[in-house]
Amino acid sequence: MSHSNYLIIGSSHAALSALEAIRIQDTEGSITLVTQEDTLPYSPTILPYVISGQIDPEQIFLRDAEALDRHRVTFKKGARVVAVDPANHSVSMDSGETLKYEKMLLATGAEPTLPPIPGVKDASCHVLRTLGDAVRLQSIAQKAKSAIILGAGLIGMHAAENLAKAGVQIAIVEALPRVLPGYFDEQAAGLVQQVFTEHGIKILTGSTVTHVTASNGTCTVSLESGGELSGDLLLVATGVRARMDYLAGSGIDIGEGIVVDDTMRTSSRDIWAAGDVAEARSFFGGKKRVNANLPNAVEQGRIAGMDMVGDSALKPFTGGIARNAYHFFGHRAFSVGLVGRAESAGGIEVDQVFLPSSVQYQKMVFEDDRLVAVSGVNTMLDPGIMYELVRQRVDLSEVKARFAAGPLQMGRILMSKIWG
Amino acid sequence: MGKSYPTIAFYPDRCDGCNQCVEACAEFHSGTRNPAHSRIKVSQDGEEGAFFLALCRQCGEPRCVPSCPAGALKKDIDTGVVSLDESKCVSCQLCTLACPYGGITYNPITHQVMKCDFCDGDPVCVKACPRGALELKTGSDIYNGWGDLEDLFVPGISACQGCNSELLIRHTLRRIGPNTVVATPPGCIPGVGAVGFNGVTATKTPIFHPLLTNTAAMLAGIRRYYNRIGRDVTMLAFAGDGGTADVGFQSLSGAAERGEQMIYICVDNEGYMNTGVQRSSTTPYGAWTSTTPVGTVLRGKSRDAKPMALLMVMHNCEYVATACMTFMEDYYAKLEKAVEAAKRGMAYIHVFSPCPTGWRFPPSKLIEVGRKAVETNMVPLWEYEAEARCIDFTHPVEDPLPVKAYLSLIGKYNHLDEEQVAHIQRKTDERIETLKKFTREGDVKPIQDAA
Ligand SMILES: Cc1cc2nc3c(=O)[nH]c(=O)nc-3n(C[C@H](O)[C@H](O)[C@H](O)COP(=O)(O)OP(=O)(O)OC[C@H]3O[C@@H](n4cnc5c(N)ncnc54)[C@H](O)[C@@H]3O)c2cc1C
Repeated sequence: MSHSNYLIIGSSHAALSALEAIRIQDTEGSITLVTQEDTLPYSPTILPYVISGQIDPEQIFLRDAEALDRHRVTFKKGARVVAVDPANHSVSMDSGETLKYEKMLLATGAEPTLPPIPGVKDASCHVLRTLGDAVRLQSIAQKAKSAIILGAGLIGMHAAENLAKAGVQIAIVEALPRVLPGYFDEQAAGLVQQVFTEHGIKILTGSTVTHVTASNGTCTVSLESGGELSGDLLLVATGVRARMDYLAGSGIDIGEGIVVDDTMRTSSRDIWAAGDVAEARSFFGGKKRVNANLPNAVEQGRIAGMDMVGDSALKPFTGGIARNAYHFFGHRAFSVGLVGRAESAGGIEVDQVFLPSSVQYQKMVFEDDRLVAVSGVNTMLDPGIMYELVRQRVDLSEVKARFAAGPLQMGRILMSKIWG
Repeated sequence: MGKSYPTIAFYPDRCDGCNQCVEACAEFHSGTRNPAHSRIKVSQDGEEGAFFLALCRQCGEPRCVPSCPAGALKKDIDTGVVSLDESKCVSCQLCTLACPYGGITYNPITHQVMKCDFCDGDPVCVKACPRGALELKTGSDIYNGWGDLEDLFVPGISACQGCNSELLIRHTLRRIGPNTVVATPPGCIPGVGAVGFNGVTATKTPIFHPLLTNTAAMLAGIRRYYNRIGRDVTMLAFAGDGGTADVGFQSLSGAAERGEQMIYICVDNEGYMNTGVQRSSTTPYGAWTSTTPVGTVLRGKSRDAKPMALLMVMHNCEYVATACMTFMEDYYAKLEKAVEAAKRGMAYIHVFSPCPTGWRFPPSKLIEVGRKAVETNMVPLWEYEAEARCIDFTHPVEDPLPVKAYLSLIGKYNHLDEEQVAHIQRKTDERIETLKKFTREGDVKPIQDAA
């Protein structure tokens, strides 16, 4: 029976960050990295670019075998965990094998969910989370003339752009009133939508799908408004949920994800969780929730790894903040914090510049002289510096006018003074 | 052994915002001088007029690298550079969100991200700066060069946290090598276990424990014996300031005058630290020690420290230097010369050795205390070579900080009143003036043996 000092389930961002953090402190301890995928580690975020053919599927790997060897990692691919037994410090694999561990990280990420729309399950719809999904979509895209995408979140939007680049005619249906609702407010989302429309992509926001039918390789989506859309391909990107089915019966606390504390410990001794699968404290409000994005997975993975190895430099998680950077058709957008929601509360000041003709937008939200949210479309800001200003709750009362007048310069100056 | 890498240092005081670094960077990477292509960014605070830099730090644990979904960013283990493989990059921008320093930025002309690539090891920005505001720091070469040599000092010795001596001994022995006999008289260094216990020593060279009074005499005798049997073995002393300037002074003075071949390192922690923090003749004016207490009458030491290194210049030494571990490159250069000089006669190095325990400052501040000591001119770094018959400042400080910047870091100076601080400032200024008289430009030449 295999026995590891550190057992890491998953081989994506959270898992690899933890691995690096462990190896900085412990060069000897045995580490086993397990993934249900049949390939070297890769990121789901890269997959849209596989569909368009911009990136060769052989070129996407985050680590090669040599790098894993250098870290003296036992890498088990094509191996799925089906059950966890905390009392015995062991997990069961789909092959029937049992793996023992001293400390374990669960970094199993998320999986797509299908909405409860009649007909979706039978419509042989596609999702996009794994390399297998992407390669399949890439080959279909070569033949398909048209596609319908349900959901205008990051996955749907990335997929739409890349399918369009592969020559497919696209229609996106989104139930909420705007695209990328988790990250952008109405104006920013409007600019994104405008650019997509200019590139021939049809976007129907505020539209609910009543049912889906499929016949002869054509999918038809019926809308509540009465209209109908058809396409050769249906991609469902309406949401993801934490992948934690293997925890049934383990006794580990779960909610929307695996519940963790500020050093990513689960309710069970010697088991940590990080990334899209983890439900951790939010920066604003403190409520625990899943914050499913890549930077968050990297950060939580590092914290988990440091705690697993007992690194004294560990600083506990300061709380999840929604953040993202987004590049679309040569434009760039980013957001930190809840740009849309923050306005409604008291003590709030908003500073915005909106130049639709040049596809430019910038919005900063301050609460008690601290930056709490910022987003921009085609603005020259350093997103990482803006994030730190929010996270460190930097008091801007002395410099607010100058900051509002020149956030790029002032951001860099504050960086140099405070943490640079 | 891990590897260290060169870095680009920025001195904002020297920057006048001329932007030549920015244009040079743009030109090197794009062929045009358009700042949009520059990886180095200079910002000015309109109100304070000061300049600030945003530039990739080539972090040891970069945040951009693990945030790249394309595997396009890598920390190159050989060069230390965080490199971007543009053929893999999909411009997703997640790296710009991960970097807290503005070190990787979007180029609106190429629609790609860009970052400092160190220009193949010879950054053009540094060369373009007309005012020395950017410097390529290659101190890491020392660590890479000597790091591979055997560490001749065992782990697990019982020094206090933040002890300067451990740093000093490890580096010194690495450089001087195993063909050495080490003498270390009573003091902190044998106290931490250097001469060993239970029949084993802490060094992988012969080491012995002379009396406080006779370190230099004993090394002289051993060296003469080796000379007689035709073996070239280096004699090395690690002696405290008590063992050097007080109790061991007569034998050191005699050995120097006779030109005995050895490297004598005085580890000056300004008092008898291992026996309970008593004053020595190198304890500075005003310092609290257990024998120069602070009360209603006494306010710390009432006398000035003995200028030990300068006294050694007057002793016919082949080589004399002052050193501070904060300035490691400087120390290594001096060790180099000391090794050669000790083949001809005495090489004396006076190492400023801040002591967190006895001086009352946090162990984490050791390097900072050393830096401030040098930058205030409290501890000028210089060397004297017999052949040149003059002193050279090896780290001249043009605009010294007020001594307070140093004194305020250290608990043993907590009680100082304005008058005492003024005294220390005056003495510090005077000391520099005295030293300048011995430089090439000065008009005083040390006494030197005709032979
Ligand atoms: C198309 C797409 C586009 C995206 N774009 C962005 C973006 O622009 N910005 C952004 O911030 N985020 C984006 N994301 C989200 C981002 O990819 C995730 O937040 C991130 O990958 C989470 O990392 P993780 O390590 O937590 O989990 P995942 O990346 O989901 O990895 C989970 C790992 O666990 C393994 N695993 C799961 N279950 C088991 C099991 N039972 N046994 C063994 N192994 C198992 C999987 O094989 C995989 O290796 C995108 C996602 C997709 C799908």
